[in-house]
Amino acid sequence: MSAMTECPETTGEFTEVERTVINRLQTGLPLVHLPYKAVADELGISEQVLLHTLQNLLDRRILTRFGPMFHAGEMGGGLTLAAMRIPEQDFENVTAKVNEFDEVAHNYRREHELNMWFVVATEAPDDIARVIAGIESSTGYPVYNMPKEEEFHVHLHFPV
Amino acid sequence: MTASPSPEYLTVVPEVAGVGPVSAWGLLRLRQQLERGLPLTPRPYQALAELTGLSEQEVMAAIRQWQDQGLIKRFGLVVRHRTLGYTANAMVVWDIPDDQVQNLGRTLARAPFVTLCYQRPRRLPDWPYNLFCMIHGVDRQRVLSQLATLIADQGLEQTPHAVLFSTKAYRQRGGCYVSHD
Repeated sequence: MSAMTECPETTGEFTEVERTVINRLQTGLPLVHLPYKAVADELGISEQVLLHTLQNLLDRRILTRFGPMFHAGEMGGGLTLAAMRIPEQDFENVTAKVNEFDEVAHNYRREHELNMWFVVATEAPDDIARVIAGIESSTGYPVYNMPKEEEFHVHLHFPV
Repeated sequence: MTASPSPEYLTVVPEVAGVGPVSAWGLLRLRQQLERGLPLTPRPYQALAELTGLSEQEVMAAIRQWQDQGLIKRFGLVVRHRTLGYTANAMVVWDIPDDQVQNLGRTLARAPFVTLCYQRPRRLPDWPYNLFCMIHGVDRQRVLSQLATLIADQGLEQTPHAVLFSTKAYRQRGGCYVSHD
């Protein structure tokens, strides 16, 4: 998920193999010496086709990446969700200022009085306060900091 | 302030690895390599071993331990869900009495279309909501009808809530488990 001004919303048209691979590999790769072979056998395709399909999906930027997703908060870093209330005429300007902070990982406009929502991820937990203070002073608007207090387990899955 | 990470991930239990103490530098390099993605080669753990100075066995043991510890949440495809057609993404927020938020959080997380569910602090008076769920959908009407089902099933008709659809993504980046939309 590299930084970008807006995500291309190319609604995917996928081949049957791509569909199968996308759906299967959202649920994990086995920890065996030949993991791609194991999944390919399960799906009834060759290892080479599986690897080629993955590379192709990455090249087309359908996938962000292939591999483990680390839980930033649990790895010793800081992580929070923050919101701001930005007047319409200032929205673009403030967006640019907020996105100048490397620690801002996602920034979405949402339909609410609090209309700007972003994730702040830092190397150390103490850095969150510094980044939020920096955003407030750079933009002149207050930041509502809403760190996670409890996470309820879900099965994150996006079937195609 | 400089980073002083609690290096839980830099200690891999030797008994788990079935080997001697695992090099902390190797583990740090392994984490850095993994954040770039798993090599697309038939023996990816062996390839990572060569890049980090660990053995293939140590690489696999470290990954297994990080999964067990919850440091790795998912291991596989990290999808750019918008490119998969998931563009109707609602953050549904609820104002729940504090003594009920745990129960309801667990209940809502079980709904098949709820993709994230967190308790977060209220920011009164502007923000009274303390339970946040994401519903990712391919169209807005379907998301709203899923939400209506959830409200009816759980008897939440009287529970204050708000639905915040995202209308534009200005930045999506990561490599960490921080996806919110």
